[in-house]
Order: sequence, then structure tokens, then C-alpha cells
Amino acid sequence: MFDNILIYFVVIPVLMLAGVALCKNVKQIRAVAVVGSLALTALSVYLLLDYLHLRHVGATAQMLYTGSWAWFTPLNINLSVGVDGISIAMILLSSIILLTGSFASWTIAQPKEFFLWLILLSTGVFGFFISIDLFTMFMFYEVALIPMYLLIGVWGSGNKNYSAMKLTLMLMGGSAFLMLGLIGIYYHSAPEGQPLTWNLLEIARNGAISENWQLFLFPMTFVGFGVLGAMFPFHTWSPDGHASAPTAVSMLHAGVLMKLGGYGCFRVAIYLMPYAANELAWIFLILTGISVVYGAFSACVQTDLKYINAYSSVSHCGLVLFAILMLNTTAMSGAIMQMLSHGLMTALFFALIGMIYGRTHTRDIRQMGGLMQIMPYLAVCYVIAGMASLGLPGLSGFVAEMTIFVGSFQQGMTDYLAGAGSLRLVFTIIACCSIVITAVYILRVVGKLLLGPVYDDHHRELTDATWWERLSTATLIICVAAIGCFPNFFINLIKFTFSPEIFSVLNFTQHSGIASVLGMN
Amino acid sequence: MDVTLPIIILALPLFMFLFLGLLGKYMSHRLAGILGTAGMGITLICAYTVAFTYFFSGNPDFINAEGERLQQIVFNVTWLQFTPSLVLRLGFLIDPISSMMLVVITTISFMVHLYSNGYMRDHHGVWEKGFQRFYAFLSLFSFSMLGLVVATNIFQMYIFWELVGASSYLLIGFYYTKPSAVSASKKAFIVTRFADLGFLIGILILSFYAGTFDFTHLTSVAVEGLNHVYQVSEGTAQNILSIFANNPASTFMGASVLTWALVLIFMGGMGKSAMMPLHIWLPDAMEGPTPVSALIHAATMVVAGVYLVARLFPLYLMETAALDIIVVVGALTAFYAAMVACVQVDIKRVLAFSTISQIAFMMVSLGVARPEFHHGLGYMASMFHLFTHAMFKALLFLCAGALIHAIGSNDYTAMHGLRKYMPITHVTFLIGCLAIAGIIPFAGFFSKDEILTACFGHSIFWYIWMSCVAGLTAFYMFRLYFLIFWWKEHKVHDPHHAPHDQPWTMTLPLVILAVVSCFAGFVPFGNLVTWNGHPMFESVSFLTNLENLDWSVAAISLTVAVVAILIAMKMYKTENELPAKMRNALPALWDWCYHRFYWDELYMFITHRIIFGLVCKPIAWFDRHIIDGTMDSFATLTNKASWSIRGLQSGNVQTYVWIYLIGVILLGSITAICLI
Repeated sequence: MFDNILIYFVVIPVLMLAGVALCKNVKQIRAVAVVGSLALTALSVYLLLDYLHLRHVGATAQMLYTGSWAWFTPLNINLSVGVDGISIAMILLSSIILLTGSFASWTIAQPKEFFLWLILLSTGVFGFFISIDLFTMFMFYEVALIPMYLLIGVWGSGNKNYSAMKLTLMLMGGSAFLMLGLIGIYYHSAPEGQPLTWNLLEIARNGAISENWQLFLFPMTFVGFGVLGAMFPFHTWSPDGHASAPTAVSMLHAGVLMKLGGYGCFRVAIYLMPYAANELAWIFLILTGISVVYGAFSACVQTDLKYINAYSSVSHCGLVLFAILMLNTTAMSGAIMQMLSHGLMTALFFALIGMIYGRTHTRDIRQMGGLMQIMPYLAVCYVIAGMASLGLPGLSGFVAEMTIFVGSFQQGMTDYLAGAGSLRLVFTIIACCSIVITAVYILRVVGKLLLGPVYDDHHRELTDATWWERLSTATLIICVAAIGCFPNFFINLIKFTFSPEIFSVLNFTQHSGIASVLGMN
Repeated sequence: MDVTLPIIILALPLFMFLFLGLLGKYMSHRLAGILGTAGMGITLICAYTVAFTYFFSGNPDFINAEGERLQQIVFNVTWLQFTPSLVLRLGFLIDPISSMMLVVITTISFMVHLYSNGYMRDHHGVWEKGFQRFYAFLSLFSFSMLGLVVATNIFQMYIFWELVGASSYLLIGFYYTKPSAVSASKKAFIVTRFADLGFLIGILILSFYAGTFDFTHLTSVAVEGLNHVYQVSEGTAQNILSIFANNPASTFMGASVLTWALVLIFMGGMGKSAMMPLHIWLPDAMEGPTPVSALIHAATMVVAGVYLVARLFPLYLMETAALDIIVVVGALTAFYAAMVACVQVDIKRVLAFSTISQIAFMMVSLGVARPEFHHGLGYMASMFHLFTHAMFKALLFLCAGALIHAIGSNDYTAMHGLRKYMPITHVTFLIGCLAIAGIIPFAGFFSKDEILTACFGHSIFWYIWMSCVAGLTAFYMFRLYFLIFWWKEHKVHDPHHAPHDQPWTMTLPLVILAVVSCFAGFVPFGNLVTWNGHPMFESVSFLTNLENLDWSVAAISLTVAVVAILIAMKMYKTENELPAKMRNALPALWDWCYHRFYWDELYMFITHRIIFGLVCKPIAWFDRHIIDGTMDSFATLTNKASWSIRGLQSGNVQTYVWIYLIGVILLGSITAICLI
């Protein structure tokens, strides 16, 4: 079991938990958190390089490093692991955000308990991304969700009890749908007379879920994961939750947890139920298309920094699900890029907001102004994060959005010319409009918060970033720029998975669902 | 061609940006200024070498046996692979227009780098705060602009297009503590971003049908469709015309898909080049430091739209409907901006509107260009005017900077009669005015004359229209000139603080650009830059342009310009009542011009009242109260339901016994009834 590299992504966090539990003072806790997350980052970089090497020398299996250990044989539950390029990208993202999040919570109150819950949360995240067994995947998913309640409820700010409760209940509601969906998949996972299985790859190979069952189970799983992906109209936990959460929790939540939603949507819902994905895509296309512009418009009039970012996340994560539903290789690759990009840049945003809030004790942009003169380092980082968010070339947002738009437009035109309705095309153009609205709200914040004269003279005494804050933000900025400057590296990493041999949904040339429902031509 | 020089041209400014941006605060102001200027100087030398090699080396890669200039891709690296066939590459394309732009950009950029060493200090020689940052941003801008002009494909152009917009944002908002500068930079970014949306959708349409982003494929094929041969160094593709024509959905709302794509792409150009109605950001952009206005908002970035249309010109030729739209937009903008420029008080605003008007000249010129008429004279004229305008408009802006630096105000009311105090500025400004007014033999005369000839060949109406605009141009420029340097004597209270000419770092660029403005008109553009690379003239000499003039057109435009100058002289040379009388005679017109036809107010209404008030706020309200309210109401309902049945679980044993008994009786009777 321990000869499989993937297991260590769960083992290291567990060791960290034990380490933190044994710590006597805050310095030791910091040391454990930083060493542990550095080890995870190093391991994921090694995994990335080794994976590319294996692919280079000709590994053709869909998932590499696979391993399976029986856990509960009567129900066929195994701890099955395996990764492809997409999971590796997500693992890398998670470890970087855990690392920078540890730096961002350098001076948190009650550090022992805080780090215990935070590391438990990341155990769930890593476990989720390495699993290919639906049951363990779901288990890790829940492990990632529950600590959030305590992290917000105890270390949060503002209306934290309400927010923690709301977030947890809404996500649990999503989980309920999800569990139904997963159990349904399990009972149709194999043809008559063969043993049932939870293993993703085997279910896909069997292809035994009948079309009617797919139509029932697909919305269950898609909505279940979609709640975590902030899909309209199930996104309202996001603004309140982020506003109350402490810095590192916001970072991990927006940066990684929301990615669980997107990842689950395509790894479970679309991958296992291609027929239903094709038939029902139109419903969710409309919802996610709305998310994209709706979130952006809402962000334009918010006054709380975290609300602005939460709504911006609704818009950007909406774009992820939107692109996945295009059922087109280019757009789906763009969705993965967008997940990476959004994860890094939102983590950066929330880190910066936390740092600013820690100094000014307000997040209301009407109460601040001219911070560029007072804390130039943080202000410049904020501008860079903003530029990444509004899609400046050279930073990550641009490549992700452009890949999505090119892919979506191609799919939209293909649909349209094939007489399959103009829904995709129309919504692609609507989604493109978000680049303008994003510019509006980002520049509004930058103008009010950072530029202009100093609003409050008390702010003049505030200090600029400390070394751990600099380390945290600089790491994220370097990652954002790396994706923005060398996008093809990441595209090559993930493109293997999006081939029609693996994703059978890509074989559907006629998108009959859309055509028959809307009859547009 | 060797890749070394092209790589230096792009890499050095980028390196200078990172170097000055990250390490600038650890070095002295002077060192940062010198390093920035030196870096740009090296880039300038490399760009000149490349352009010179391209135009004059006679290398068969660049010019074929018939004397036709060829396109050459120096390098092209894969950057992002969308699909196996649709690849986004970053590369370096040299052809006549990109070589010409390399010269323009590096020249003006170098002048501005040099000039800023003097400008970005106060009278006591104290450096402005953020001086290093200023040079870093200038380098970033130069990098982006150079990347834009050498783009090998339309998506690369879009990338650098966005970068140029961002560097413009940073430089307009350079004085970031000033609220007006902050809002001006925001406005510039958002307006151009809106235009870029059109550009992006245009690219998506074009690339979907053509299956490529590459200019060489897009334009070469288009040209073959018109029976002209524009040879490219590599590759051929299918005939785009037939792709567009044979497609089942080749028309949309009455226009062909290609027209839609081209018009949308032109929309991007309208944003960057400040064509009406997307021009509103440019006058406000004057909030930036004056050297920035000279570089970005007069000479280089604002002509990106013209360059874009020129780059795709063969495609535009296939859909003349799009060209007609360009003519109309350009002509209206030219006239509008010239009218407004006649009454503005802020000298930088006059120059800004003048820039809008002159760029509109270039647009009109492209719009009227047809291969049938003098081998596409309009195209050549447009590029020629781009070149000369860059030189003399940068000169005018740098003079304005010198004046503002000396006086400390942007209004001509604070200047008046400066000719004795600032003689060098006076002479150079006058040369700039003569050049833009189109007086022989200054640069603007030749290029503007070619444009008017091209208009004449297209339609007599647009010829008359553009001639009127040319007259207005001469009028408002000389109005400005007389109001600054004449009108009445300048009163100096303290002889020690009298306005004076500037240090050599500022004077030298003025003099160089003035000399260029005198002689740039003699460059035989017809042989260097034409739409299909085919030279226009058989033999070339210094007087080629003079020999090939259409003297009837030239005589008319000269007369118009001279008359306009005389009127301006009559009105503004000495202090008199004439301007006030004129203003009172036409109060409404004056008012509309002064308030720029209320475009800004209209935009404010649309953005604040409609977008913010009627879209954003209701959506935010809807989200909090309807969507979130529904979610909350689930929780409230659950709570209420629990409360309402909570009384049953009272803990009172008597109640439990009662309920138990009722249950037993009920069940018993039901059983009894069923049994009977």
C-alpha cells in the first residue's frame, strides 16, 4: 500500500495532524504546517514531472499510479486511487494554496485548533482528488466540508454563526442529492449478473446505466456538485460564507473547495452519464450562463471587499461549469485552466483582503482609499490580482477565458450550422460580455480602495506587508504568471484526458437535446 | 533574417520593465532614467537596423525580382494550442507596415524617454515621485506596442492589444492620488475593453470560418481572390472567400458573416483609435503626464486601430460594405473632433481632439482605398499620414509639455504672448502647426494631400467634406498657436521666475522632431509601403513625392489651409473682440462644441443610471432578497414547523397517557370496523 505515491497525499496531512496535536507553542505549529505543506508541494511537483515523464515514454492508461485496497468487501467499497493530468493539476493547486494559506494564518488566534481543522480539511481535499472510488470520494468530500463549519463559526468575523450554518446546510443539502445520485449509480454500475462496483473507471467501462436512469441521476450529481461550484441559484452560501470566513479558510474554500464542485461535475456527472449530459446540458447551460453575468453584475454594486470577490467567484466558477457543459475538448480544457487560474487568483485576492482587513479593520470600500500610498506592496499585489481577474494577457485569467471562449464559440457555431439550435452560441456571446463587466468591478475597487487620496488619516500609520505575507502573495503571483506565460505546458498536461476514447460524450456530434427542447434553428 | 535583432527588440523593453519595476526603488532616479533611455536607445538601433535591412538591403527574402515587397516571418513559436489545427503562436512578422511602425514607435518612444528625464522634475530639479515606475511603465508600453505591430496572427495582436490597453491604463493613472486621473484611466480601460469585446467576437467568427489566425493565410488568400498576387513566404490555405460564400449560414441579418466579422473587428479599432462614439476616453486620457500623451495618445497606441484595418486590408477589400462603414464613421469623427477642437481652452484637449480628427483622416483614407484607383492610393496615404502625424503630433504634444512645465497650467488663458520667453518652443510649435495644417513643404502637406486625392477618386462628396475638415484643422491649430504665443503680452511679475526654455533633454527631442516634421514628407512612401507590396513609382528620388503630386487637389487644399490660417490670424493674433462676437453670434453651436456635444453626459447617463441603476442594483437586490430569501425561508419554515409540533413533546406524562388512550381507542375501533 505504501509503495503508491498517491497514498502519501493523505498520509502526510495525517502526520501533520498528529504533529500539530503534539505541538506546545505557536512556533512549532507554524513549523509543522509549513514543513508539511512544503512536503506536499514538493511531492506534487515530483508527481507532475514523473507523470509527464511516464506519458512521454508512452503510458497510455487513462489513470496512472492506480492502486486499490479493499475496505468493506460486502458493498465492494475499496480505497481506489489513480490520477490523470487533471487530478495532478488540482493536487498541485491544493498544495500551493495550503502552503500560502499557512503563511496567511501566521498570527491566527488559537492556532492549534485552527490548524488541526484546516489540515483535516485539506486531508479531505487531497483524498478527494486522488480517489477513483465513488464511495471514498464522497467520504473525503464530506471530510472536506464539515471542518468549514467550525472554522467559520469559531474563527470567523461578522455574522459568523449565521454564515457558518448557512454554508454548511446548503452544502449538506447538495451532498444529500449527491449521495442519492451516487447510490443510484452504484446500483446500475454493472450489467445484470455482474458484481456491482464503485470504481469510476469500471463503471465507465461497463456503461450499464440505462438512458432513463441517466436522465434521473445526472441532475442529482450535477446539482449536488454544482452547489459547491456556486451554480446559480444555489450560490448564496458563497457571499455570506466568504465574508465571515477567516483569511486562510476563504483562500482554501474559494481556491480549492469550489474546485471540488467543478471537478466532480465532469469526473462523475458528465464522464459517467454522457447520454444525459448531452440531453440535459441545455438546462445547466442556461443556469451557468446566467451565473457568469449575474455574478459579475452583482459584484459591481457591492461595497464589502469579500462580497465583491465572492460574487466574482460566482461569475468565474460559473464559467467553469459553463465550459464543461460545452462538451467540447477545447472548452473543457479551458474549464480546467479556469479552475487553476481562479483557484490561484481568488486565493491571492482573499489573502490580500485578509491582510488589508487585518490592518484597517474594515472591508467596506467606502471607508478606505489611497492605500497605494500607505501599503504599496499589498496594493500592487492587489492590482496584479485584479489584472489577472479581468483577463490581462500574461496572467492566468486570459488564457483560461480565451480557451473557453474559442472552444465554446466553435461548439456553438457547430451546433448552429448543424441545425442543433443557437443556445450555445447565444450564451457564449453573453459569457464573453463578462470580460467587460469584470473590468468594471475590478477597476472600481482598485480606484476606490487603492488609488485616489487617503480616505482615513488613521490609516497613514499602517504598515506594509510582513515577510510571511510577502512570501505568501509572491508565491501565488508567480504561479498566476507561470500559467499565464506558459499555458501550453498545462494544456499538454490535461489534454490527454479529453479525448473521445475516454470521454464518450465528445462523440455526440448532434446535440439533439438542445435542438429538440428549444427547436431553435 | 537573423532572429537576434527581433528578439532584442521585444525582449529588451520587457526586461527593462521587469528590471525597473522590481529593482527601481533601490536605484537613484537619475540612474533609472539613464537606464530606461539607454535601453530604449538600443531598441531603437535594432529596430532601425531591421527596418533598413527590410527596405533597402535588396535581400530576395524581402523583395522579389519585380520589386515587390514580401512578408517574412522571422520566428513563430507555439504558445497555446486550442485545437490541433487552431494554434495561437507568438512571432515576429516583418513587412512594409510593420517595419514602418517599428521605426515610428521606437523613434517616438526614445524621444519621450529622453524628454521625460527633464519633464518629470520640477523647476528646482527635484524628481517626481514614482519616476522609476514611470520608466518601467513606459518600457512595458513600448514592449506591448512593438509586440502588437509585429504580430503574425490576429490573436497575438489581440494579446498585445490588451497589454497596450493595460499600460495605457497605468500611465494615464500615473498621478494616482488625483481622483480625476484615476477616473480617466478607468474610463479609458473600460471603453476600450467594451470595444475589444467586438474585436474578440470578430476574431472568433473569423477564426471559426477560416480555421486560422495567421495574417499570412488570411490576407494572402483574400488577395488571390481578387486576382492580385501578394506573395507570402510560407504556406497556402483554402480560398477564404469561397469558405464564407458557400456556407449555409453565410448571412446573418442581411449582411454576410465576413462583413459582420470585419465590422466587429473594426469596432475594436474604433475603441483604440477613439472613433465616434467610442472616442470619449481620449480627451480624458490627457490626465496622464504629457510625454505619455505624446507617445501613447498621439503617436502610437491610438493608431493601432488604423494599423489593424490596414493589416486586414485585403480582407476588407472583399467586403466593401465594411469599408463604407469605416468611411462614414471616420468622416463623421473627423468633422466632429475638428469642431470641438475649435473652442477648447485646455491646450492638451485641443491636441487630443486634433488627434482624433487626424486618425479619422487615416481611417477615411483606408475606407476609400481601392486597388482600381492608383494602386490603392488611400492605403498608402493612410500609412504615410500615420507616419508623418506621429512625428508632428508628438512634437506638438512635447511642446505643449514644455509650455505646461514652464507655466504650470494647461489653459492657454495662462499663457498668451510667450514667444519671447520660449523661442525654441515657439519655433518648433510653429513647425508642428504648419505641418498639421498641410503647408508645403512640411510633412503633413504631402500625406494629407494624398488622402484628399484618394477621397477625390472615391467620391466627390467625401472629398469636399474632408477638405472642409482640413480647413478646420488649420484654423484650430493656428488659433491655438496665436493664443499661446501672441494675443497679448505676457505679464511677468518676477523676472527670476519668468517662463523660459527647457533643459537640453527636453529641447533635443523637440528639435529632432521639428526637423523630421520638415522633411518627412519627402520620404517616397509610394515605393515603400503599398497595400500589395507593389511599388507605385518607376524611379525614386528625393523629389518623387513632389513630382507625383496631383497639383489641382494640392492647390485647392493649400488655398483652404492658407485662408483658414489667415482667419485664425485675424481673430487671435492681437487681443480683440472678434472671438467673443463670434461666440455670441452662435451661442448654441459654441455651447455644444464646448461641451463636446454632451457625449460624456450621455455616457454617464447610460452607465450610471441604466447599467448601475437599472441592471446591477436590481440584480444585487434580487440576489439578496429573492434568491437568498428563498433559501432562508426554507430554514425559517423548517424552524417554524419544528416549533409548531414541539408542543407535542411536552414531557407531561398525563398528556402522553391521554394521547396514548386516544390512539388505542382509534386503532381499536378501526380494527373493529374492519373485522365486522
